[in-house]
Amino acid sequence: MIQFIIRRILQTIPVLIGVSILVFSMMHLVPGDPAQVIAGEGAPQEQIENIRERLGLNDPLPTQYLNYVTSAVQGDLGTSMRSGRDVSAEIGARFWVTVELAIYSTILAVFLGLIAGIISATRKYTAIDTTIMIVALFGLSMPNFWLGLMLIQWFAIGIDLPSWVPFFNNTAWFSPSGWGSFSQIVLPVITLGTGSAAIIARMTRSSMLDVIGSDYIRTARAKGVKEQIVIYRHALKNALIPIVTVVGLQFGGLLGGAVLTESVFAVNGMGKLIIDSIQARDFPVVQGTVLVASLLFILVNLIVDVAYRFLNKRIDLD
Amino acid sequence: MTGAPNPSYDNILEIKNLQTSFFTKDLEVKAVDGVSFNIPKGKVLGVVGESGSGKSITSLSILRLIEEPGKIKGGEILFKGENLLDKSEAQMRKIRGNEISMIFQEPMTSLNPTFTVGQQISESFRIHEGLGKKEAKKKSIEMLKLVGIPSPEKRINQYPFELSGGMRQRVMIAIALACNPDLLIADEPTTALDVTIQAQILDLMKELQEKLDMGILLITHDLGVVAETCDYVAVMYCGKVVEFTDKKTLFTEPKHPYTVGLMQSVPQHDQDVDGDLAVIRGSVPSPADMPQGCRFAPRCPFATDLCRNKLPDLETDEEGNQIRCWIYSDEWDGDPEVNVHEQSKSTS
Repeated sequence: MIQFIIRRILQTIPVLIGVSILVFSMMHLVPGDPAQVIAGEGAPQEQIENIRERLGLNDPLPTQYLNYVTSAVQGDLGTSMRSGRDVSAEIGARFWVTVELAIYSTILAVFLGLIAGIISATRKYTAIDTTIMIVALFGLSMPNFWLGLMLIQWFAIGIDLPSWVPFFNNTAWFSPSGWGSFSQIVLPVITLGTGSAAIIARMTRSSMLDVIGSDYIRTARAKGVKEQIVIYRHALKNALIPIVTVVGLQFGGLLGGAVLTESVFAVNGMGKLIIDSIQARDFPVVQGTVLVASLLFILVNLIVDVAYRFLNKRIDLD
Repeated sequence: MTGAPNPSYDNILEIKNLQTSFFTKDLEVKAVDGVSFNIPKGKVLGVVGESGSGKSITSLSILRLIEEPGKIKGGEILFKGENLLDKSEAQMRKIRGNEISMIFQEPMTSLNPTFTVGQQISESFRIHEGLGKKEAKKKSIEMLKLVGIPSPEKRINQYPFELSGGMRQRVMIAIALACNPDLLIADEPTTALDVTIQAQILDLMKELQEKLDMGILLITHDLGVVAETCDYVAVMYCGKVVEFTDKKTLFTEPKHPYTVGLMQSVPQHDQDVDGDLAVIRGSVPSPADMPQGCRFAPRCPFATDLCRNKLPDLETDEEGNQIRCWIYSDEWDGDPEVNVHEQSKSTS
């Protein structure tokens, strides 16, 4: 097992090199001269040259790349052009917000998705199954920013409805923006979790249906195993294998920063940081954030692969 | 864990007029249509027939494991004198894997790939005998030894994918026999295995059957398997039993033209095989288009108008052998001197 993990970590090295090259080239591929941007409109040529010199923009590209990687490995991702603070400090301040948001949303999505998927699969072709799948389709098709706005309207601002309307009248229960308290967390987590929950529910249903029809489930029933145990122990353990992949991908995606959701709810996470930095042409921060998000994604995939091994002993990475 | 012995039954299993159907939108497929047979205590009954004759559905009906859209419509399944169709689901669970066990045709897919062999055998002990983890494991190792798996202490921690097909079928047998069942249902247990492994598995089953004194319902389409293992044989065709005899009679004196056809389509090693192999003409009728008379009539070389129009009953003779064929009834309207053996040889 340890050998497997080490081998799997070594395999991420080429991916990391690729990511770093891409991230590094970003600065040189986008239109506009960063030195010009920093100096500001109408700055004298001399000042721009100074900035170029200071940032090492006159060195040949491979040298610049090596310098970039060397300092990145040491945790130095450069300096924000906007705030003048270290990029790593900028990211550090937002990092945990995004991680929390991703974790809470994933927990919600897995919880709802698994339950809905299992109920659907065990009651296939009934009205319950159809209803769940239609709801899931809605959840899947709803754009995040729209769902976020609707939730804010309903549950943060409240709608004045005629007094006979039950439940939905003036339901300003939660906070529309920011991050930290429970009332601030609820709406963005629901917004982000809904789509993932829908995907997980559909995946769980089809995966469970596959497994429930298999010979070894019949064997378990013929052994006298209780139906709940047949479903939750014998079937689910096998059905989880494809579900874990989906959950991993979803979680990895969320860690990269939920750009839209963070913007809608003014959550100061990495997603919002990327947007703000792109708008300000703050390249070092954009680079740093993308790099960190990629690292997280690779890490999550690594964890998923290890989880696979626990679920399915046949998987061998050779 | 079997209940107090009830002396009032001679047959471990009696099936009476069992009917199991599958329902599609506008069609009822009668997979098992009035099947009756008995298995005396400690005996082996072979159920023989072509694919689609209802053998497997009969066996799944006994354990009440028929899934939607299938349904047991009627009849009685008396196990130790008690009708299984009257039992609640919870009562059935106590019987499954404990008093009646089942092994399946596909050893490659019948074991759960995500649990070790030990976990899968232990489960039976833990459910039915309430044993703890350690004891269950100890007994699982004993079971593996019993079914002839070498170094069971090592095998017990392995996953099914690490075992060969023959080994997996041995594990299936170990699971089935864990709680010392009174009846073992084996649905084509050797069909998916190599010929040499087949013989080993059959010998093992036979040996354990004698040791544990259990009844076996052996489903097969292989008459060689019947010859080697069974005491009695039920021949099924299109959801009905057409002949029920002891093994010896089946091989020396088969009565039903279908049984005769089955016997003759087994190639003999001392037979001249220059010519064509013997076959039964035609094919099994589709359930949507079942003949109204004897189901075998369209393929039977002796069929008369009587056969084509009226379904014969299953008649029992003095020795307890049963036959569903007009030829042996008083109403027979064909050649009274008919000899099913010679005739079918010349027509095959």
